[in-house]
Amino acid sequence: MLPQSQLRDNEAELIRSVCDGEREAFYELVHPYERMVYATAISVVKNPADAEEVAQEAVLKAFSNLATFRAESKFSTWLLQITYNEARMKLRKVRSHLYEAIDDSQPSENADYWPKDFADWRPIPSELFERDEVRRAIQNATNSLNRIYREVFVLRDVQNLSTKETATILGISEGAVKIRLLRARLQMRDTLAPGIDGSWVNGQDYRKARPW
Amino acid sequence: MATIEISCVEVWREISDYLDGEISKEMRERMEAHFKVCAHCKAVLDGTRNVVGLVGDGRLFQMPEGFNKRLYKKIQGLP
Repeated sequence: MLPQSQLRDNEAELIRSVCDGEREAFYELVHPYERMVYATAISVVKNPADAEEVAQEAVLKAFSNLATFRAESKFSTWLLQITYNEARMKLRKVRSHLYEAIDDSQPSENADYWPKDFADWRPIPSELFERDEVRRAIQNATNSLNRIYREVFVLRDVQNLSTKETATILGISEGAVKIRLLRARLQMRDTLAPGIDGSWVNGQDYRKARPW
Repeated sequence: MATIEISCVEVWREISDYLDGEISKEMRERMEAHFKVCAHCKAVLDGTRNVVGLVGDGRLFQMPEGFNKRLYKKIQGLP
C-alpha cells in the first residue's frame, strides 16, 4: 500500500490521464476501491444484486463526473459519497416490501442502548471468520441493524474509515456518527453473543448472564 | 487523587469512544477503575472489542463473482 501522499499524487496523475481520454487509467483508479464501493452499496440496499447494480452505476457516474472532482476530499471519499447517494436513490425507486420503510423515521438516537446480556466473551480466533456459518451469522446480524446504524457500522468498522470520512460520506455530523456507531456495536454484540461465546468457539450452548 | 466513580450506564455510553481511544485521560482512568470491579461492563467491553475485531478485515461482504469483469465491460462500453 502506498503512503497517503504518494497515493494522492498517483491518483491525481491517473485522474489527469482519464480526463485526457485514457480509459484504462480509470480502471486503475477505481480498482482498489471496488470492494468498498460494493460494501457501501450493500450497507444501504442489503440485497447483493441491487448492491452490484448500485456499485456499477456509481463507478460509471464517477467516470462521467470525474472532471468535476476537486481534490478537497480524497478520491475514495468522493467515490463513496456518489455510491451512497446512488444507493439511497435505488431505495427510493424500488420501495418494495423487501426493503425497510424509506420514510427514515429516525430511531430515538439520544436514548441509551442497554446491553441485554453480560456473559463473558473470550477473544475470538480470527479463523472463525473463515467459516461460512459464522460469516452468514455476522451478515445477518449486520442486516438486522436499523439502516442508519448499519451504514455507519459498515463504513467505520467493516471498512475502517475514519469518523470524519464517514460523516462526509453520509452527510451527517461526526457526533451522529459516534452515537450511531456505539449503538450498532452494542447491538451487534448482543446479537452475536450466543455464537461467539457458545457454539462457534466451544461447541456448547450459550448461557446467558444477566445482572438482574 | 481518588478516581471519581462512574456508573454502568455512563460506561456503556462511552465504551465505543473508549475502544477508539477517543476519550479524555480522566475518563479513561475512571472507566478502567470501573472495569476492574464490574465484570458485566468488562464483558460488554470485551464483546464489543471482539465484534469490531471480527468484522474489521473487510471480508464481510464478498464481491459477487464476475463483478470486475462486468464493471470493466461497462467502462469499456461508455461513450
